[in-house]
Formats: sequence, structure tokens, C-alpha cells
Amino acid sequence: MSLNRNRSFKFDWITIILFLLLVGFGWLNIISASSSGEITSYFDIDQRYGKQLVFILFTFALIILVLSIEAKFYERFASIIYLASILSLIGLFIFGKTVNGATSWYGIGGFTLQPSEFAKFATALAVSKYISDLQTNIKTVKDQLKTALIIFVPAFLILLQNDAGSTIVYAAFFFVFYREGIPQIYLLLVLSIVVLSVLSLKFSVLPTAIIATILIFLHHFFIKKKKGTILNPIFISLICIAFSFGVHFFYSNILQPHQQDRISLWLRLEKDPEKLEQMKRTILYNLNESEKAISSGGVTGKGFMEGTRTIGKFVPEQDTDYIFSTVGEEWGFLGSSMVVILFVLLLIRILHLAELQKSQFSRVYGYAVAAILFLHFMINIGMVMGLIPTIGIPLPFFSYGGSGLWGFTILLFVFIKLDSNRINEW
Amino acid sequence: MRKLLLFSIIILVGFTFIGRLFYLQVYNSKTYSLYEDNAIRKVFDYPKRGYVYDRNGELLVANQPSYDVMIIPREVEPLDTLEFCSLLKITKEDFKTKFKRAYTYSPRLPSPFVPQLSKADYAALQEKMRKYKGFYIQKRSLRDYQTTIGANVLGFIAEANQSEIDADSYYQMGDLIGKQGIETSYEKDLRGVKGVKFIQKDRFNRDIGPYKDGIFDTIPIAGHDVTVSIDAQLQAYGELLMQNKVGGIVAIEPSTGEILSLVSAPSYNPNLLVGRERSKNYTKLHNDSIHLPLIDKGLLRMHEPGSPFKSLVALTALQEGVLDINTTVTCQHGYVYGRNGRKMACHCGGGVRNLNSGIAQSCNAYFATAYRKTIEKYDDASHAMDVWSSHIKSFGLGDYLGYDLTIGKKGNIPDGAYYDKWYPDFRWQATTTLSNAIGQGEVLVTPIQLANMTAAIANRGFYYTPHIIKSIEGKTIDTAYTTKHQTTIDKRHFEPVIEGLFDVYNKGTAHFLQVPGIEICGKTGTAENFTKIDGVRTQLTDHSIFIAFAPKDNPKIAIAVLVENGYFGARFAGRIASLMIEKYIKGTITRTDLEQWVMERTLEHEYDKPFSGKPFGINANSKIMLVEEYERLKKLEVNQSQTILK
Repeated sequence: MSLNRNRSFKFDWITIILFLLLVGFGWLNIISASSSGEITSYFDIDQRYGKQLVFILFTFALIILVLSIEAKFYERFASIIYLASILSLIGLFIFGKTVNGATSWYGIGGFTLQPSEFAKFATALAVSKYISDLQTNIKTVKDQLKTALIIFVPAFLILLQNDAGSTIVYAAFFFVFYREGIPQIYLLLVLSIVVLSVLSLKFSVLPTAIIATILIFLHHFFIKKKKGTILNPIFISLICIAFSFGVHFFYSNILQPHQQDRISLWLRLEKDPEKLEQMKRTILYNLNESEKAISSGGVTGKGFMEGTRTIGKFVPEQDTDYIFSTVGEEWGFLGSSMVVILFVLLLIRILHLAELQKSQFSRVYGYAVAAILFLHFMINIGMVMGLIPTIGIPLPFFSYGGSGLWGFTILLFVFIKLDSNRINEW
Repeated sequence: MRKLLLFSIIILVGFTFIGRLFYLQVYNSKTYSLYEDNAIRKVFDYPKRGYVYDRNGELLVANQPSYDVMIIPREVEPLDTLEFCSLLKITKEDFKTKFKRAYTYSPRLPSPFVPQLSKADYAALQEKMRKYKGFYIQKRSLRDYQTTIGANVLGFIAEANQSEIDADSYYQMGDLIGKQGIETSYEKDLRGVKGVKFIQKDRFNRDIGPYKDGIFDTIPIAGHDVTVSIDAQLQAYGELLMQNKVGGIVAIEPSTGEILSLVSAPSYNPNLLVGRERSKNYTKLHNDSIHLPLIDKGLLRMHEPGSPFKSLVALTALQEGVLDINTTVTCQHGYVYGRNGRKMACHCGGGVRNLNSGIAQSCNAYFATAYRKTIEKYDDASHAMDVWSSHIKSFGLGDYLGYDLTIGKKGNIPDGAYYDKWYPDFRWQATTTLSNAIGQGEVLVTPIQLANMTAAIANRGFYYTPHIIKSIEGKTIDTAYTTKHQTTIDKRHFEPVIEGLFDVYNKGTAHFLQVPGIEICGKTGTAENFTKIDGVRTQLTDHSIFIAFAPKDNPKIAIAVLVENGYFGARFAGRIASLMIEKYIKGTITRTDLEQWVMERTLEHEYDKPFSGKPFGINANSKIMLVEEYERLKKLEVNQSQTILK
């Protein structure tokens, strides 16, 4: 018993150190991005860096709380936490506060709280709980639909609040399902959807349909060993063509103009140089400035608090979504690669730990943590460097904001707690 | 396998990001420069441009403040254009075109909107300036000429053009740069170094404060004052004498190579090229295609040297040993040569000539003989021509002299290869190129080359590269101007030639130009010249050329004068040279008769001829004209044309 007790304090320090490095380095960059070049006091609560320091200090309290709660609590109360989270999202429609067009905040006194940041954690718990249930078989369509519903409810609520960026993060659960054994056909389906969407937007419907049909028939006649009826490939091709039309319909009629522009820029659909120049000055302004800031950092960067574009506030939202451009400008190639490497190490560490888990609940949850963090990491840094269309989501542990930081911290530390408990399982 | 999907995607994304970072920050990144960072506003503080003094310490060029209205198009907000335009004294159309031009240059960088406001305009504008967002006033220093002379030497400054900005990163749009004369040659000394303040901007282009508390800011360093070798008194006198004529005077101090005066006629007041009227005046000067006031006649006019060149032909012959001072030639009013008995005419009067009288009377036959002997000394005419050519070139002819003004011409001294190319299938010989003997044919020189040649003769065999600089504050001048160039002629050969040149004044072609108390050596010259009128090659009145130096021993001044279409050498050029020498050596003029003669006469009618559309006579068939007479005639012409119009 005493051995077990000791074991329960055996947290994975590698993960914790990576977490601390990211939070600490993140704060340095928030200082640069939110100050006007002069620091009077780091605790100046009127400044964002001061607030963030308070958030960080509060985070430590939160960590202690998360780690001191019995590990079984999270599994047992997963459903209740999930329901509470859903309620908090629904509550936004009544009490919510709108910032930048998204109704995602509760205003409590001077502070605001963003429930969607906590919903990821709650959903991850609920999904883990449901999949690890002995009666659940993820290979059956019925259970697949049920788990999908668990994800769909918060994702849909968040979409209704006009926060499309946060909705996309829920796609992370696909990796979890795949790991837990949903049929391969789903991976093929996801890949086909991505490829077909990009192709039909970039090269329009007809070439995409022709290419898809040729590929499907080639597969049918030359690769497939057990030849079924000819109707199968015809049917699949028709679906592809219909989907291709659907993508176009979705792009032109459902997406909002600014979303269309982002995609059109990313796929370089706009050819008119004058209109392109116009776009560069308007919707591409952020990206343009962020790329310039990163480029100007060079190999070693301009140094802490020395970034001229950061001091001049050339990149909008630089302490939140575009925080990575500060890293790029002030710390250069060395510093920003370091951040990328830290994230990759953290993600791999979490994956590694997840695979070590003996309980399915812990493993699924660990996987969900890695996948959610990964999606944030990929979308945010990819966007700041112009690799993917603009999607406004924060960089975990880096971006300014209490809700985000706490949400990610809870998400991560619940897993650390579960991991520390793995010896005690059974 | 299923475990590997997310893992491998994470690794892939990690590498992609690092690759992208490498592309952005290492591969595609320029070396960071504060000057190119558009997050930093650069505010320049222009230093005092160096003053220019003449050799006697007289201030020639100083500075005056000037105010440019600058514009940053992106920051301009709607304004009361009517009031603004009236303050700036421009029309609304001007406003539009200027705005468009500035916007095309750059919407966010400053460019001059209305340059060089007067003090009065500035005072009126300054009070209201804060109303006009996106405009500001940049103080600069303009030239303030304390004199009306020497425009060609002093040059001028103007806004640097795009190629100058590209060539030297020191200059920004709107900066002033030397464009001509010493302003170009000594630009780096005169301009100093401008100071710069770096100011951090935000994305709305507002100033936040000094960048890094101003640790990179610099204060301006004043330009160096410069003393030119020009004697302002002499220069002014030269320009006065050259009124109503076209041509150049170059006077050099033989013992140093310093240029005492460099007159280009007609000249203009250098103050014309300062301030807002600058470009209007410049265009006017530029378009005067008859007088070409912007062309420095002393440096750029290339012509046959005529008789002054004979002294070099004599020196070469002496050096080659084909001639001595007692050699005589009998002149039969010309020199007959070749199988067909061709004759080079001579106007010296005929008779037996030796070196001394040959020079004094400018006998063509004598120098044809000397030249022919030099070339025929060697069996190979081409080789002989090379020998002759290298002697002549050692006087600084046939190539750029290397003086410190940026314009010039090479001139031409032919060598063997030159004629081999000219006559590829023909055995050419001395007689083929005989015109060279009397400074015609293929020989071409500029007035400054002639003056330098004269200085080399005056020095008995060496010269210093002519230069306009005398001293630079806190610096020594380029050693190129203090290095002696030795000619290939032995010193002993100079005395007999100089005696001949002295006798030109004593009893020769210039005897009526003597100045009491000064021993002047000189040589008259005449250069035929042609122009094309409606495609027909037409001869014009000869150019009047004169070279001289004085005193004979320890010469203080060597001079070359070119008066275009002034007919024979002694007529205009000789008179002017004598007067210049007297002015420089004595400070006063005793030969007021010469002075009066020169000042009263004009050559404008000669310059009108090619444009008159009427047949005209030249040389002896052309009347010499008084200034009043010419003006009366002009008035008459104007009246006539008005009557016709009525």
C-alpha cells in the first residue's frame, strides 16, 4: 500500500517540464507582444502580460487541484462533467457575451470565461468513457454513431456561436477512433473527402470527376482481386461526382465571404493581380505582416523585446492567435524551431504514455489529448506561416488568455494524473 | 499500424514547419537593415555643405536654408486643397499630378511634393502645416552663390536621380547631390555625413518613440570647406572679355598645374540653378542650341590645334635629331611635295627660315620639312609614326588628362596603327599625313589640353595634371595632382623653341599684342571648321586660337584661348590671352586699347550665319562687327518681321 501511495506521486516529469518550458517561453513572448516596449512591473494587472502572469499562477493552483483529485473521479464523473459542459455551452445563447462576432464568453466581473475551451476536455472524457465501456464496440455502426453524437453536440453548439475555428478542433477525435479500431474504410473516406474537396475547388468539377472515375475503374480492373459487379465502381464514381458538386455548392453558397476568400487565397484561385493586391491589403493583411515579422527575424532573431514589428504592433492579434510571429521575429529560426521541436516532443511523449496505459479509458483519453493539442499546434502555426488557410484558434500554452490556458492545462494534467495512476489499475 | 498514423503525422508536420521556417527566415531572408525596416521611421538631419573659396580666400559658394514640402501619400487625409494650393502657389491640376507621382513612387515613403520653398512661402505655410495630415516640411541646405562667375567650374547641386540613388545607398529620394563641376568632383568632401534618427512606428504609421532610446542615432557631420585654384578676379575678367563670343579660356599655373581660370563663354549666373525656378532656367539654358551655355567649352570643345601644335613638331624633330637650330628651309610660299607636285600653301611671306623664324612667322614649309624628316627617319612609316605619337602624347594630348572635373574629351593624336587601319591597302608615308605637321589633319585637342601643353613647354619638359582643387579643409589633395609628369623631350631642346615663341611676340605674328614689362611667349593658331547646313558641309569662319605663357623665365601662367569663328589667332584669342596675362601678373590693365577693342566687338553675327538661311561670307569676306551695330541690326530685323506680320 505504501508503495502504491508513493507510486501515485510518480508523475511524468518529462511532460511537466515540456509544459513548463512552453508556458514560460509563451509568457516571455506575450510580454513582447503586449507591452509597448517598456515594462514598469511584471505584475501590472492593466497589461496583458501582467494578467497572463496571474493566469499562470492560478494555473499552478489548478494543477495541484487536478492532481490531488482521485484518478477514478474523472472516469466516474465523465458523463456529469460532459453534461455540465454542454449546459454551459447552451447557456451562452442566453447569457453569452459577443467578442469579434463569436458569442463564446461569459462575463464575470472584469473577467471573461470561454466555456468552449473546457468543452474539449469534457468531450475527451466523455468519449473515453463511452469507448472504454465494456458494452461498447466501436466496430459497430450503432456505437460509431453514438460516439459521433457525443462529439457532434458540443461541436455544433460551438459552430452556432460562430466560432468555426474551435469546431474544426473536434475533427481531432478521428485520430482517436482510428486508433481504437474503426474500419479502415473511414480513413479512406476522410482522405477521399480531403483530396476531392481540394481538387474540385482548385481544378473545378469536371477534371476532378474524370480523374476520380479513371482511378476508381483502374482500381476495379487491375488491383482489386475479388471482382464484384461493374455497378460498384459506377456507383462510387457517381458519388464522387455528386460530392464534387456538393463541395462547390458548399463553397459558393454556404461559406461566408471571408471564409471563401481565405480558401481562395490558400488554393491560389484568384488570378486577377489587381484583386489579389487588394486582398493582400485587406484579408491577407494579418498573414502578410506575420510572415514579414517571421522573415525579418533571420537566423538568430532580433532579441527579446527588440522586434521592431512586434513593438510597432504591425501584426494584429499578435499576443493571441499570432503569438508565433513574435517568436519568429525576436528569436529567429533557432528559437522558433525550438518551439516546434518542444511541441513535437510533448505530443510524442503523450502518445507514448497513452500507449503504455493499461486501462482503455486512460489510453483513449491520452490519445484525445495528443490529438486535440496536435490540431491546435498544426492549425495555428501553419496559419501564422501561411501554410494553411486562416483559422483563428490559439496556440496551446502560448497564446494570451486564461480560459485557453486553463482548458489546456486541465486537459493535459488530467492525463498526467491518469498516467501516474496506471500502476494502481486493476 | 494504427498506432503510427498520428505519430507519423506529428513528425511530418514538425519537419514541414521547420522547413517552412528555414525558407522564411534563412533562405528567403535578407540581412536585416534598420534602413530597410519599414517599422522604423528614419528622420534625417542634413549637415552644412562645405563652402567653396577661391585661391585668394574669397568666398564663392555658401549655403541658404530651403524648405521642401514632403508628402507621405498614404497618410494624407481629405484637406482644403484650394487653400493648400494657394499657399504652395500651385494649381489644382499640379496638386493632382504631384500627388499621383508621389503615390507611384511609394504610398508609404516620403517624397518631395513641392521642393525648395522660399523663406516667405515657408513662413506662411508653417502655421497651417499641422492641418494637412501626410505633409511635412523638410529643411535642407541649398547653395547660395556669392558670385556670378564660374558657373561651369562651381557646378550645381540638384535632387539625386534614381540611378544615383541605386548606385549609392547614402542617398534617398529628395536628397541633393552634386551634378556638375566641383560639386560632383568633391561631392563626398563637400556633403559631409547626414545625421539620422530612428523612430519606432506602429502599424498606423504613428511614431511611438525613439528606437532603442536612440542608441543608433547619429548627429550630422559638416562637410569640408574647399578651396579651388581659380582666381576669382581673373575668372571674372575672362568672362567679361568673352562676352558676345563663344569659346573657352584655360589658364594654368605651370609650376603646380593649378587651374587659374576656366572660362566657358557664354556663361550664366550660377544662382539661376538654385531654388524653385531651377528647372525652368535649366531648360532654358539647355535649349540654347546656338551658344550651348551648359557645355564647358574649355573642356569639351575638340578642334584642330592649328599652329600652336608646331612647337611640339619642332621639339619632336629636335629630340629625334633630324633637325638642329641652324637647319634652314627655303619657303616658296608653300611646300611642294609628292610626285604630282602638290603644294601646302604658306602665308609667312617666303624666304629662308630657321627654327626661330619658322616659329615666329609660323612657316608651314619649315614644319612640313621637320615633320617629314621625323617620319622618314625610320624605314617603317608606321613605326616612325608611333615614335612621333608617343612624344606628342607625353604632353598630355590624345587622352583624358585626368583632371578633377568629371567631363572631358580624349582628343586625338594618330599613331601608326591609326593610319594602317585607315589605309589598309596603301603604303602610306610621311607626305600622306603631312597635315599633322601644322596641327591639322587628324590631330584633335581640347583647350585644356592646349593649356597643359603650353604649361609643359613653359616648364621646359614637365607638367602637373591640371586640377581645380587647391586644398580641402582637414585633408590633403590627391597625389595624382602633385606628381610630376616628365615629357619625352630633353630639357635642352626647349630653349630654342621658347626663344621662337618669344619672338612671336617680339617680331612675329603677335608683335602688336606685346604687354610692356612682361616677357610673353605665345603662338597664334587658326582652325578651320565646318558645319552641316541642310546636309551640305559648309565652312564657317575659322576659330581663333592662341596659346601663351609668361614670364619667359619662371613662368607664372600658361594659357590657351579658343574663340569660335574669331578668324585668325591674333585677332581675338591673342588679344584676350595678352590681357589675361597682364591682368594676372600685374593686376591692372595697361593695354586698354586691346581691352576696348575686344569688349566692343561681337561675334554673334557669325553664330547666326548657319541659322540665317541666307548665303554668307567667311574669314576675310566676313565683316567684323561692333556690339552696337549688331544690336541695331537685330532691332531692325525684329521690326521688319513685325511689319511683315502686320
